[in-house]
Amino acid sequence: MSAIDERTMAELQEIAQRYPQPRSGLMPMLHLLQSVEGYVSDAGAEAVAELLGLTVAQVLGVATFYTQYRRQPGGKHQVGICATALCAVMGGDAVYQAVSDHLGIEDGQTSEDGLFSLERVECNAACDFAPVMMLNWEFMDNMTPEKAVKILEDLAAGREVQPRRGAKITSWQENERVLAGFYDGRADEGISAGEPSLRGKKAAEERGWKGESK
Amino acid sequence: MSVVPTPVLTANWGQERSWKLKKYLAGGGFKAAKKALGLSPEEVMGIVKDSGLRGRGGAGFPTGVKWSFVPQDNPNPKYLVVNADESEPGTCKDMPLLLASPHTLLEGIVISSYAIHCHTAFVYVRGEVAHVARRLQGAVAELYEAGWLGKDIQGSGFDLDIIVHSGAGAYICGEETALLDSLEGRRGQPRLRPPFPAVAGLYASPTVINNVESIATVPSILRNGAEWFQSMGTEKSKGFTIYSLSGHVANPGQYEAPLGTTFAELLELAGGIRAGHELKFFTPGGSSTPILTPADVDLPLDYEGMVGAGTMLGTKALQVFDETTSIVRTTLRWSEFYKHESCGKCTPCREGTWWLVQLLKKLEAGQGQEGDVDKLLAVCDDINGLSFCALAGGAVACVTSAVKHFRPEFELGYTTPAWEAYPYERSALFAGGAK
Repeated sequence: MSAIDERTMAELQEIAQRYPQPRSGLMPMLHLLQSVEGYVSDAGAEAVAELLGLTVAQVLGVATFYTQYRRQPGGKHQVGICATALCAVMGGDAVYQAVSDHLGIEDGQTSEDGLFSLERVECNAACDFAPVMMLNWEFMDNMTPEKAVKILEDLAAGREVQPRRGAKITSWQENERVLAGFYDGRADEGISAGEPSLRGKKAAEERGWKGESK
Repeated sequence: MSVVPTPVLTANWGQERSWKLKKYLAGGGFKAAKKALGLSPEEVMGIVKDSGLRGRGGAGFPTGVKWSFVPQDNPNPKYLVVNADESEPGTCKDMPLLLASPHTLLEGIVISSYAIHCHTAFVYVRGEVAHVARRLQGAVAELYEAGWLGKDIQGSGFDLDIIVHSGAGAYICGEETALLDSLEGRRGQPRLRPPFPAVAGLYASPTVINNVESIATVPSILRNGAEWFQSMGTEKSKGFTIYSLSGHVANPGQYEAPLGTTFAELLELAGGIRAGHELKFFTPGGSSTPILTPADVDLPLDYEGMVGAGTMLGTKALQVFDETTSIVRTTLRWSEFYKHESCGKCTPCREGTWWLVQLLKKLEAGQGQEGDVDKLLAVCDDINGLSFCALAGGAVACVTSAVKHFRPEFELGYTTPAWEAYPYERSALFAGGAK
């Protein structure tokens, strides 16, 4: 079990100081631990507990409640395929099956090469882009089995993968750092809005509707 | 649709680098905040109250009235928490708004915080959207640099900090009291009310919790006035909103329109049901709102209209399913969602959603037994109204409304698997989309 290094301890402190009450920093702290260690280790949970004056049980109670926290190491990339009704019906189940077959793993497992963890996720707020796949919590819109497998092949081969509505795929751990509240300066990657997001606006324009008269 | 003064919220989406402050300012951004800071907080609250704006996150409570519940004689700090935990199945409007124009929300936060005397505001954004977090983080940093956040904003004497907080994957945190527990660093489980958050919310201090779209609408009201907002919508549902169309429509997407627009009108904008198919059922506002059928397409999609039809406007997330879709399969997948997302606090919800899934799985596989549909409804009875929060009500509503409209299809599950009656590949968007 790796000890928590000084830099991480300092950043955990920094998170605690963001909030009016330090305990509010617990969730971002767990995201930070994941970005450093790849999961929430016992040592990490102990460090956070000590810093916040909580018991380890209280910290783990939180870490195990939320689905985004790992209690054991996982893959470099987290592949989430939406399994909620709409995505499933629109073809998400087929996308899941193709990815599962391609990687040779099921929901909750990690590929032998350590590159991918697979998960069925619940609705990820991109239903107009269904079926949806999340890659390290970046949107991969309008998936088909072929497109999804191709993306994973590209990543495995070290080729660049750029989500249209997100930042270039790096790793699950790097994105965990963003979720811990440490801005990586990459907000300007990706587009403003995908085509479905703009369809209402386009339909309004075609009909000559105008919003505010500025 | 007599008055169609949209788009407003979506007007700048798609513009080159629309998320940058410079771009937002060039489009008239922060004029509303400037105007608000020149008024008294009470005047700002009055304008929002007069506009008739109601919460866009599901419950439809009047926003200005909610603000007025904050006891200003309470010595504790006042907090504003924006609920960006968008997770209700079908709901997909807040994430594109935050990606395209985070400053619309942030300007709304400046105005709203000023109105309720709040100096620390939070955006609780669901954890599973890294780039949305980035766009918010980048936008907040820009505002500090430009003097729109921090001490003495634009020389007004008003101080405000905004903290962007990412969740970690829990639908229940969209429930406002669970969200508060989560933001305090605890498991996200709902609190007993009263006390209501306005009186004892975050850190037991007065707290207003509003949906992203509600707060993002505030700047336009300040710019154009309460009357302008009142001129749109229906008698009790004022203004415009973003309707989200997904599923078997030709052009799924975000459609901004006045409240009270009908589904038929939205469907026309979206190019109708996908070619060669017809509507079977739809949700008006996410999976927690009882489903509707082709008989309901001309009802006004506003708060009262939907209650009148035995359902709710909810988040205005219209999930559309055509005749190829198995209602049993769809209901099962919604039930699995609620089972997965039940926080476990209340026994009827925790255990009941598990039983719903068991029964629906049997029915999907054609292995149901005579009486299972009644059993399904009995389990719903054992859940409904017997838990702390609305999650359980949503879990029940999608099942009871589906059985109400399509009971024979559920009973078919005594003999025939759903995938035989409704071959799944026919519902998918691409060939071979089976299981």
